[in-house]
Amino acid sequence: MFKALADRSRRQLLDRLHQENGQTLGELCRRLEMTRQAVSKHLAILEAANLVVAVRRGREKLHYLNPVPIHEISERWIGKYERHRLQALAALKKGLEEEER
Amino acid sequence: MTKPSFVYVTYIRTSPEQLWQALTDGSLTRQYWAGRRIESDWTMGAPVTFWFDGKVSDSGKVLECDPPRRLSYSFRVEFVEALRSEPPSRVAFEIEKLDAQVKLTVTHDEFEPGSQVFAAISGGWPVILSGLKSLLETGRAIEFPTGSCDARRAKEEA
Repeated sequence: MFKALADRSRRQLLDRLHQENGQTLGELCRRLEMTRQAVSKHLAILEAANLVVAVRRGREKLHYLNPVPIHEISERWIGKYERHRLQALAALKKGLEEEER
Repeated sequence: MTKPSFVYVTYIRTSPEQLWQALTDGSLTRQYWAGRRIESDWTMGAPVTFWFDGKVSDSGKVLECDPPRRLSYSFRVEFVEALRSEPPSRVAFEIEKLDAQVKLTVTHDEFEPGSQVFAAISGGWPVILSGLKSLLETGRAIEFPTGSCDARRAKEEA
């Protein structure tokens, strides 16, 4: 999973799916400056890491972001008492950074 | 065919039969599904009820029941007044055996355009599925965050 995430293009693909879940290969290619082969290769790596799930709908293959493994990692290292404080910190960071813009 | 809204996959070291039981037995769901106890006789068209704190939190009807492979039911949120009027969405579980593991695929779809239920529950599935995995693999679900009413209930019952 960490190997799959250790690549800018693959993180970008996950960002696209986070914005809009359930996209075809064609839809994903259209918005990225990558060849179809490159996108397809990255998707295969993300699928192998269970970060992306592909579902057939008729002739189309739709790709979904699967956040379950990421959640499992956060359960492993984030203590139950820390979660609220971390959420507050993330909100503070987001708020301050938006103000700067 | 509508496009599924959510598709989640998790791999669990268990058997399809045990996973099926964890999805359909209320004494097990309450341990990982935010304290909800599911109840149904699991026949086609039978009502499905989620109980929480003596009240109905969510409800639906069995749409597909093929143990231990495929389970699907409609899903309506009853707990929150504002969400009750929305037509029910659909939840489907698909179980596949892969050697010593089981692949569980959860699909949640048929939401209304602009559904508030969709927005309300979108963060919930990863939490439920992590809890389910933990319960089946270790015999213990992940503890509820402290301060929530679920946690207080769990403490009282312990």
